[in-house]
Amino acid sequence: MLNANSYAPAIQVLLVEDNPGDVRLTREAFQDAKVHLEMHVAVDGVEAMEFLFQQGRFADSPRPDLILLDLNLPRKDGREVLKEIKGHPTLKSIPVVILTTSASDVDIESSYLLHANCYISKPVDLEGFLTVVRSIDDFWLSVVRLPIGERHGTGISSNPAR
Amino acid sequence: MGPELVRILLVEDNAGDVRLTQEAFKDAKVHLDLHVASDGVEAMDFLHRRGRYVDSPRPDLILLDLNLPRKDGREVLTEIKTDPDLKTIPVVILTTSGSDEDIEHSYQLNANCYVSKPVDLEQFLSVVRSIDDFWLSAVRFPKEKRA
Repeated sequence: MLNANSYAPAIQVLLVEDNPGDVRLTREAFQDAKVHLEMHVAVDGVEAMEFLFQQGRFADSPRPDLILLDLNLPRKDGREVLKEIKGHPTLKSIPVVILTTSASDVDIESSYLLHANCYISKPVDLEGFLTVVRSIDDFWLSVVRLPIGERHGTGISSNPAR
Repeated sequence: MGPELVRILLVEDNAGDVRLTQEAFKDAKVHLDLHVASDGVEAMDFLHRRGRYVDSPRPDLILLDLNLPRKDGREVLTEIKTDPDLKTIPVVILTTSGSDEDIEHSYQLNANCYVSKPVDLEQFLSVVRSIDDFWLSAVRFPKEKRA
């Protein structure tokens, strides 16, 4: 990961995923990322919200630049997490990519209604899965402009950059 | 992975950029139908099927410039993302502005993503192709209410 971009501050990615295999594969796929990134993992919806609000063991967590969110999660469902993020005045500008095995039209439609930034179905086969993660790297981490809202700062308690 | 025919509404007042976008999309991996609105009023007429747009299809994806004549892109974005029928359509902001304020504000208004248009021709084409690669290949669109 040492390349020209190493001088830029790392892009902070929060992966909300309860399946350890998928966490492992995502991490591996991101190892070839063209940008300098730091991946954090929350294994359920409650942990995800604690991370975002810097609670408990996440007191020092950075504000993520991008969130990859599974829909079916223990304790607090991904749909609920999405609703809380997109209903929060300062968290709502963080792009949320839904990354889930569900391909149901109802899940797709309701995620966009809740202002998910995009919806991706996880392919079941390994190569397909790695391709999808790399496409997130190629587009979201390389082409898209992410909001800089306090990336280097003290988290979400103060006002976003504007 | 996306729908077989993807309908795109490009909202752009710069004729050169329209032409380049059309050219870049010619190599798209999917079959796509590109419509153009040259200002914000035309964009809303297209989406609400008014006037000469009575027969317009519902777009699967909208590429929206921010600085537009008659009705600003920010206003168009606000109207789309607060309309119960239109809000599920993904909106990609594609603009020359790279200001932090425009970026933050667009995400606040629920833009699906924000892409800065490079001034350089080759880079511009590569950005359009990356939209094709990602949105038209990896992303699942809402299916409902497609005309």
